Amino acid sequence: MIELRSVYKIYFPGSENEVRALDGINLRIDEGEFVAIVGKSGSGKSTCMNIIGCLDVPTSGEYFIDSTPVSNLSEDDLARLRNKTLGFIFQQYNLISKLSVEENVELPLLYGGIPPEERKIRITQALERVGLAERIHHYPNQLSGGQQQRVSIARALASRPHIMLADEPTGALDSKTSMEILQLLQELNKEGNTIVLITHDNYIATFAQRIIRIQDGKIISDQKNEPKQETNQEAMADGH
Amino acid sequence: MGIKQYFSLALKSLRTSKMRSFLTMLGIIIGVAAVIVLVSLIGGMSSEITAQFEGMGTNLITVNLMGRGNSNRTVSVDDMESLVTEHPELFSAMSPTVSIGSTTIKYGADTTTSSCQGVNEYYGEIRNYQVAQGRFLSYNDVNGRKKVCLIGSYQWQELFSGGDAIGETVKINGEPFLVIGILEEKDDSSEGSSDDIVMLPYTTARSLGSYARVSSYCFSAQDGTLVDQCITQLERKLYQAYNSTDAYRVTSQAEMLEQMNELTGTMSLVLVGVAGISLLVGGIGIMNIMLVSVTERIREIGIRKSLGARKRDIMGQFLIESATTSACGGVIGILSGIALAYGCGALFHMSIAPSASAILLAFSVSVLIGILFGYLPANKAAKLIPIEALRQQ
Ligand SMILES: Nc1ncnc2c1ncn2[C@@H]1O[C@H](COP(=O)(O)OP(=O)(O)OP(=O)(O)O)[C@@H](O)[C@H]1O
Ligand SMILES: [Mg+2]
Repeated sequence: MIELRSVYKIYFPGSENEVRALDGINLRIDEGEFVAIVGKSGSGKSTCMNIIGCLDVPTSGEYFIDSTPVSNLSEDDLARLRNKTLGFIFQQYNLISKLSVEENVELPLLYGGIPPEERKIRITQALERVGLAERIHHYPNQLSGGQQQRVSIARALASRPHIMLADEPTGALDSKTSMEILQLLQELNKEGNTIVLITHDNYIATFAQRIIRIQDGKIISDQKNEPKQETNQEAMADGH
Repeated sequence: MGIKQYFSLALKSLRTSKMRSFLTMLGIIIGVAAVIVLVSLIGGMSSEITAQFEGMGTNLITVNLMGRGNSNRTVSVDDMESLVTEHPELFSAMSPTVSIGSTTIKYGADTTTSSCQGVNEYYGEIRNYQVAQGRFLSYNDVNGRKKVCLIGSYQWQELFSGGDAIGETVKINGEPFLVIGILEEKDDSSEGSSDDIVMLPYTTARSLGSYARVSSYCFSAQDGTLVDQCITQLERKLYQAYNSTDAYRVTSQAEMLEQMNELTGTMSLVLVGVAGISLLVGGIGIMNIMLVSVTERIREIGIRKSLGARKRDIMGQFLIESATTSACGGVIGILSGIALAYGCGALFHMSIAPSASAILLAFSVSVLIGILFGYLPANKAAKLIPIEALRQQ
């Protein structure tokens, strides 16, 4: 469970070019939800996700993850949280280019202290899950954008987190590949994972069960949604 | 995460960034190798000089007489001899020296020109001359003003072509002398070397030329540690005789050795300075590479942190990475430094004395620099909150 209570993120506070990236956010996301956060560019979506993911700290306000106040956690506790509880999927994939697919997926397992045999099993499972098992010894620059994003999903899956945070995961992908990624997220959600999907694209947001609209750092609407199900290619092309 | 994982991460990183690793190592290799080469050469040079001086005897004290000074008195051979008999605990022997510049030495039809040394029976022992054939001068030869001589290996080759010489008669400035011994080769038997020498009793030598007089004395101290006391005694005696310090000069081999050592010491300092600078330059090279590479890798650090790396995981990886690189560079530096030093030694016919402490110092300094400059920037990056590291391009 994720809970934000009047969270502010203010850049250059007090100065004339003050930026209120988050302007008093109150938000509660329950276990197993699939939430889309939608908004225009610069509305504060990424900032919000980075705070949820413990990658950034709010200027003020409280943030609870599974009822624990995050501001009370030590550096090591935060690292453990990022390792075990949170999985990130970034728009720019954030793979380490000099490491192979296998080594990239292995990283969170290494930091999680998983023994070698178990690591092997989990790497294979995660890569099979995203359909890239045969690319295990490739390097990121030998893969297409969609494949790289799938590797980054496999990396997020490998440590079996129960909250997945995806910031514009389809931002750099064509619509067909985008649909595959979204389907994968839906599947993961069905297995009980909490999913937070950040997007500027209303169509993509319709894949979620709940759509939160954000503008100038404020939540302007928060609605339930009947998640769009897998469609064929033609429908997708129309949808855009 | 265990040490094994840190190592595997670090090695992976080294393997995948060969250029950076190589450049880092290069700085260390140059620094370490330069120090080793320079220190080895200096070490070899000074030990060679020391050995040469020691070969001449560190117990040796020489008194050179320059003139008569203010007093019209002069010091006699007997005065000097009495010094030895009065202080047997200090002096072991003395010999006066009468030097006669270019004399002609003739045997049959062959002639050589050489300087003659008029000495007594102790001279050989004081100056470490060994007799190859025959015998050295005796008390009787000196006391009885015998016309006998010893010849160096140069004369032996020139006049006798290395054949029988003992018992033959040579003419020195026209006077007949009996050859009683041949000196062992000290140098290479060439003209002007220390093998180009003729020795005769100083008593006989004095009558050989009109200017022939005792121009110097050599003494040997009982022990190298007594040299200073011997000099004090000598100077007191000489001052009594001349009433001036201008008329004589007392020098000891030890003193000269000291001067030589001082000279090589200064030289060493200069060269060690040069070596230090190359170490510094190497260090700055390492520093630059490390700084650049960490900046380049801040984003990577951000990614690793987003995946759950703790600060100590990042630090462990970077520390082991820079330690491994530096140590590899250090070892290569030591090996190539030693090889280069021996190469230089062979090329310039110099002896080489690599010093373990210099090697250790150069190694630890450069490895420390490597580790430090691998550690500090990584430490800085690891402290960032992940998003700040991730935002770096
Ligand atoms: N490090 C920063 N320093 C100053 N201002 C920042 C910083 N990061 C973000 N901002 C500002 O905060 C606001 C929200 O940024 P954020 O990245 O959250 O937007 P976003 O909704 O993700 O936009 P996009 O869809 O373009 O990714 C923007 O106005 C941005 O300029
Ligand atoms: Mg964004």
